Amino acid sequence: MDFWQLAISGLANGSVYGLIALGFVLIYKATEAVNFAQGDFMMMGAFITIWLTNEQYLGFSFWLAIPLAILIMALLGYLLDVVVIRRMFGQPQIAVIILTIALGFIIRFAAGAIWSHEPQLLETPFAGREVHFGGLVLGFEEVAVIIVTLLLTMFLFLFFKKAKLGKAMQAASQNQLAAYYVGIPVKRIQSLVWALGGSVAAVAGILFASKGAVDPSTGLLGIKAFAAAVIGGFGSLPGALIGGLIIGLIEPFAAYGLPAGYSQVAPYALMLLVLIFRPAGLFSQMHKKKV
Amino acid sequence: MRFVFKRSYDDDIKLFKHRPQAFYYLALLILMLALPLLLDDFFLGEVTYVLIFAIAGMGLMLLTGHTGQVSLGHAAFLALGAYLNAIMLSKGIPFVITLPLAGILTGIIGMIIALPVLRLHGIYLAIATLAISVLADDIIVMAEPFTGGVTGLVAPPIDIFGLDIDRYGTPILFYFLVLFVTLFVLMIYRNIMRSPLGRAFVAMRDSEISAQALGVNITKTKATAFAISCAITGLAGALLGHFAGAFNNETFNIVLSIQLLLMIVIGGLGSIHGAFFGAMVVGFLPQFIAITRDFATDNFGFNSLSMPGIETGVFALILVLFILFEPMGIYGRWVKIRTYFELFPFYRKNMFKRQKSYLKTERMK
Repeated sequence: MDFWQLAISGLANGSVYGLIALGFVLIYKATEAVNFAQGDFMMMGAFITIWLTNEQYLGFSFWLAIPLAILIMALLGYLLDVVVIRRMFGQPQIAVIILTIALGFIIRFAAGAIWSHEPQLLETPFAGREVHFGGLVLGFEEVAVIIVTLLLTMFLFLFFKKAKLGKAMQAASQNQLAAYYVGIPVKRIQSLVWALGGSVAAVAGILFASKGAVDPSTGLLGIKAFAAAVIGGFGSLPGALIGGLIIGLIEPFAAYGLPAGYSQVAPYALMLLVLIFRPAGLFSQMHKKKV
Repeated sequence: MRFVFKRSYDDDIKLFKHRPQAFYYLALLILMLALPLLLDDFFLGEVTYVLIFAIAGMGLMLLTGHTGQVSLGHAAFLALGAYLNAIMLSKGIPFVITLPLAGILTGIIGMIIALPVLRLHGIYLAIATLAISVLADDIIVMAEPFTGGVTGLVAPPIDIFGLDIDRYGTPILFYFLVLFVTLFVLMIYRNIMRSPLGRAFVAMRDSEISAQALGVNITKTKATAFAISCAITGLAGALLGHFAGAFNNETFNIVLSIQLLLMIVIGGLGSIHGAFFGAMVVGFLPQFIAITRDFATDNFGFNSLSMPGIETGVFALILVLFILFEPMGIYGRWVKIRTYFELFPFYRKNMFKRQKSYLKTERMK
């Protein structure tokens, strides 16, 4: 029974990593830029939800707060692209990486200044509720996290595969200039992608905050999500989720079976192994660059 | 206006482009040598700190600015240098041997670590090096018998041929030690950039495929760049260990890695000057913020003490502004201003405009 308990809580953690990784992959897939601030986006989403729901702040109803928080984060993402990222258009990829790292620092500082550095919990209506499933006692949050994550990944996967907008996003990423030529409004598409990235981060933040306390440095979780995205193969949405789940599963079992300290190292060690032996990740999308 | 006529091919790789330039640098050197006479111990310590960061910045600049390989993990190599130096010193090996040895060993270990990572490029390399930085933190804790774990190590006193050098006891001697290392690294760096190896670095940064087509061995050159970069960073780490006095895994955390990268970007990627300018910003910013904070508290009754992390926040904000409005950094801005006056009145606004590149995916389906 212990095994299943560990596995489920690992899967729930992994789902959050997967959701952050999904944000990376989403933005990377559609704009070829990597948002190193995605973890901080998630932290921001969590704090905005806490700010909307918790009694000590605005005290809105939980079910009203969720769509509001997602909307606010989408707006923030959109604005961020319009005001800052869009200016980087046509500059080397590395400049965007450094820019988003700096933005992450700023977001972390802003969150600390607004909501203090104390860890805070999201007050959810289903706090403490349990789900009994074939002899297992599971936290309601854990089950909810896993289900929401699976649904969201499926939705995004279908969105990129079937919807016109999703296809336009992929086209804009595959060749910016050619996408212009066929009439895709590349700049607006990119802003929409950032908005989408922001709302996915908000969902991740809400799920994370309902499971445990959040403080401004929670965003550093993003580094673990990187490992997830790399293991899954940057650019593949289901890959990101599976990468996240793998990391989520490895952590508790490494902590259970290995001496202290190794469980923190395990995700990164696995990522380095994947990078060395299968640089393109498990769900490869890389091909040899042609001149 | 000044015209520099080139009369031979060697003129392209001369250390100084023209005589006045050599004079300026000589004047700067004399100023640096005379600095202990002009400043008190506190500010001399600050300058020493800036110089140590400039050495680390040069290490990263060689890799990121001149070879185009982004590393988010250089704090790991700073740590490696600091620990190697301190461990060897405590075994009784004299400082004149441990310092260079710490650099060389860091370079070798860095290259071994880099070899598998070198096949990656762009974001993959950035992420892999980020992972190295995170791992270094945990490995330091796990290797407690050597590193002292969370308690950390105390850097043993330096003794060069009977001369005791200590950061607090003899700050002037420590300053000269750091200045000497800075100049040494600077000479090596300048000369590498004048050699075929340096030109191979730059060629690789500008286009890996073209460099390969021109006969540059990509893997070998990248590995060399990594090794030299890590060696320089290791030297800086050893000095930083002595500057800090005591250090543990927290001293070299991931934020330091990122700060190093941000530093050289603010200074100006692709120029040695940039490493120094960036180090100055990093070194003096905390002082500047402290002074501004006192000023604000006194005059507006504004209490900013409740804002921890304001330094990184302001630093990041400066960086964002630089990337948006002056991607070439402080040095780039200086070059523009200089060119404006040198060419007056023929300076044109778009003289330094870079060609835009439209992205194509590396993934194809």
